[in-house]
Amino acid sequence: MRVRAQIGKVLNLDKCIGCHTCSVTCKNVWTTREGVEYAWFNNVETKPGTGYPTDWENQKRWNGGWARSASGKLHPKQGSKWRILANIFANPSMPEIDDYYEPFDFDYDHLKSAPDMTAFPTARPRSKITGERMEKIEKGPNWEEILGGEFSKRSADYNFENVQKEIYGEYENTFMMYLPRLCEHCLNPTCSASCPSGAIYKREEDGIVLIDQEKCRGWRMCISGCPYKKVYYNWDTGKSEKCTFCYPRIESGQPTVCSETCVGRIRYLGVILYDADKIEAAASAERETDLYGAQLDVFLDPNDPEVIAAARRDGVPEDWIEAAKVSPVWKMAMDWKVAFPLHPEYRTLPMVWYIPPLSPIQNAAQAGQIAMSDQMPDVRSLRIPVRYLANMLTAGDEEPIVHALERMSAMRLYMRALSVDGVRDEAIAARVGMSGRVIEDMYKIMAIADYEDRFAIPTAHREQNEHGADIRGGCGFTDGNGCSTGEAGKTTLFGGKKKKFALPQETF
Amino acid sequence: MFGDFDINFVIFGVMPYVALTIFLVGSIVRYERDPFTWKSSSSQLLRRKQLIWGSILFHVGILTVFFGHLVGLFTPVWVLDAIGIPYVLKQWMAVIIGGPAGIAALIGSTMLLHRRLVDPRIRVTSSIPDILIMVLIWLQLAIGLLTITQTLQHMDGSEMVRFMTWSQSVVSWNINAWVTVVDVHWLYKLHIFLGLIITALFPFTRLVHIWSGFAAPFRYLLTRPGYQIVRSRRHRPLEDRRRAYDKVQAKRGPTATTPAE
Repeated sequence: MRVRAQIGKVLNLDKCIGCHTCSVTCKNVWTTREGVEYAWFNNVETKPGTGYPTDWENQKRWNGGWARSASGKLHPKQGSKWRILANIFANPSMPEIDDYYEPFDFDYDHLKSAPDMTAFPTARPRSKITGERMEKIEKGPNWEEILGGEFSKRSADYNFENVQKEIYGEYENTFMMYLPRLCEHCLNPTCSASCPSGAIYKREEDGIVLIDQEKCRGWRMCISGCPYKKVYYNWDTGKSEKCTFCYPRIESGQPTVCSETCVGRIRYLGVILYDADKIEAAASAERETDLYGAQLDVFLDPNDPEVIAAARRDGVPEDWIEAAKVSPVWKMAMDWKVAFPLHPEYRTLPMVWYIPPLSPIQNAAQAGQIAMSDQMPDVRSLRIPVRYLANMLTAGDEEPIVHALERMSAMRLYMRALSVDGVRDEAIAARVGMSGRVIEDMYKIMAIADYEDRFAIPTAHREQNEHGADIRGGCGFTDGNGCSTGEAGKTTLFGGKKKKFALPQETF
Repeated sequence: MFGDFDINFVIFGVMPYVALTIFLVGSIVRYERDPFTWKSSSSQLLRRKQLIWGSILFHVGILTVFFGHLVGLFTPVWVLDAIGIPYVLKQWMAVIIGGPAGIAALIGSTMLLHRRLVDPRIRVTSSIPDILIMVLIWLQLAIGLLTITQTLQHMDGSEMVRFMTWSQSVVSWNINAWVTVVDVHWLYKLHIFLGLIITALFPFTRLVHIWSGFAAPFRYLLTRPGYQIVRSRRHRPLEDRRRAYDKVQAKRGPTATTPAE
């Protein structure tokens, strides 16, 4: 057992209102610079839809994630090391900027500086890359907002696999949900595995996956390697960038910007202890439907004395172990089994998990044609097909999704009985294998979602790792160029004073 | 003293040392001081068209030509004699392998240069050094291919041996190296001159990615047994920390609780 800790995340899709506050606050903090105007470390997609970049979930097209060979070994789907090196001159699997969208701005100035005209002045779009006029905007970061566009295009959504999708194109039967997406900070990231320079690494202390801007050479293999398409190439600096999990905030015990500003209070952050020795076997599980269960197996119970002893021995700080015990992520993923990894079939063991949304009952159920089992609607008769959610969250295994949806609807029923009738109906809880007390806890965390219940983030222990004398005269946070005065994209050979800060690293 | 002055001495006697010094010192300084600017500057994201074919033809061609020059110029003449490779054969090999590779590189670089100058996205995001170095490399490839017309007139390899002697004299600090190439055709001279210019510009352009291109296979295949990298902020590796922890635990006795390291 090799115990490591990670700040994991859960997004409760049942409560996402699609307001994009997360995306906008993230953008304002991280990607307002030239070169990454098109990049959204966090974006919210309306599902069903093909998403951003278009069709990102289709790995037959983009070759992201891992492939399992007949012998049971894993290699990046875009190719093993030799293949990746052979593609270094031109990466055949990399999206073009038009697969995201060409960044644009509008001629706002024209509104006030236009000469006397017969027609009302308008602000027309311009490309943010070339500065040239764009006659028509073909795509944006959220092009399919609230089911925008024709169903024939949106239904190319990969999650419709094995779903009779035609009926969902009808107005009466349509459904939608939101999917906020960010870097998954995977246990087995393909981006870092694909990097020939070794610039992408996972942090031992908190599991955050980062790109070393000084080591990145712009070989761009991470962009095609990441199946979630959450590594972006900065066309100005020539380096790849990605979600940093707001590590300066996390280190000081604050939630990420997207979580902090979430209006629907759907985002949860908490410590998960995991066994690093089990990662490889879990990611190599033979059947794709076993991957979800295999990942649960990697996580370690923070209340188990053996785990606690091993965690202490491996240097997990005491307050991190305590935080793991109250982690909302642990409760939702492990205790209640209502949260799931996004596309476990990519074999990356993602660490940002999702609670599937409940949805209204189909028309047929209201007409009394579909069974309401014990007052509870059969979750299979909800508008969003279970199969669709399963394709998204459990590699197509419907059972865990049904189980989670039943628990969530039981929570509603139980709380309704409690608040309307004043009755604690243990029978409802028992039907989904829970107790009233657990359901009330679930309600407190998932429905009320107080700030303190959503975020249990221990601070980083830099005092254990750094000596003040070593970092004296070092540079603080900079825009990628270390202490050098050379600006991004410009070559200045003789800059300011530079102090090297080397970290030990482990490769396997 | 200027009576003996010969421009050939400056270009073929002095300039190689100047160019190589700038190349080496400049590369080291840039790597140390501005690692953030060290990159391939790929423009594939902005326009895929013309890049896939252009880049592959260019890179495969120019790498072949590069290693051809390296092996061809720096293999000592006595080694050729010892293993019995006739100069004629070596000359033919150079033409037969280098010719097509050079043509591939020229076609590729024409595609890339055209794309860089004509495509608005690539044009506005190009810096002056980006375009300059591309033009120089294109010229260098064209001149290099033109020298084949001269080479074909003396396939006995005599000129080739001169260039071998020159390059080997330069790297073995022979001050009279320049004399060997004084009489060669001006196309060859221009080719060498431009090559030295490109060498000197190397650290100030995106060409620095060549170092990384050569280093990447070693790093990726040899220094990383598997795929993943985990960095720790701690000073000691896990095994050390575990040993230290166990030592402290043993001292305190089984009942004592121990705070984390």
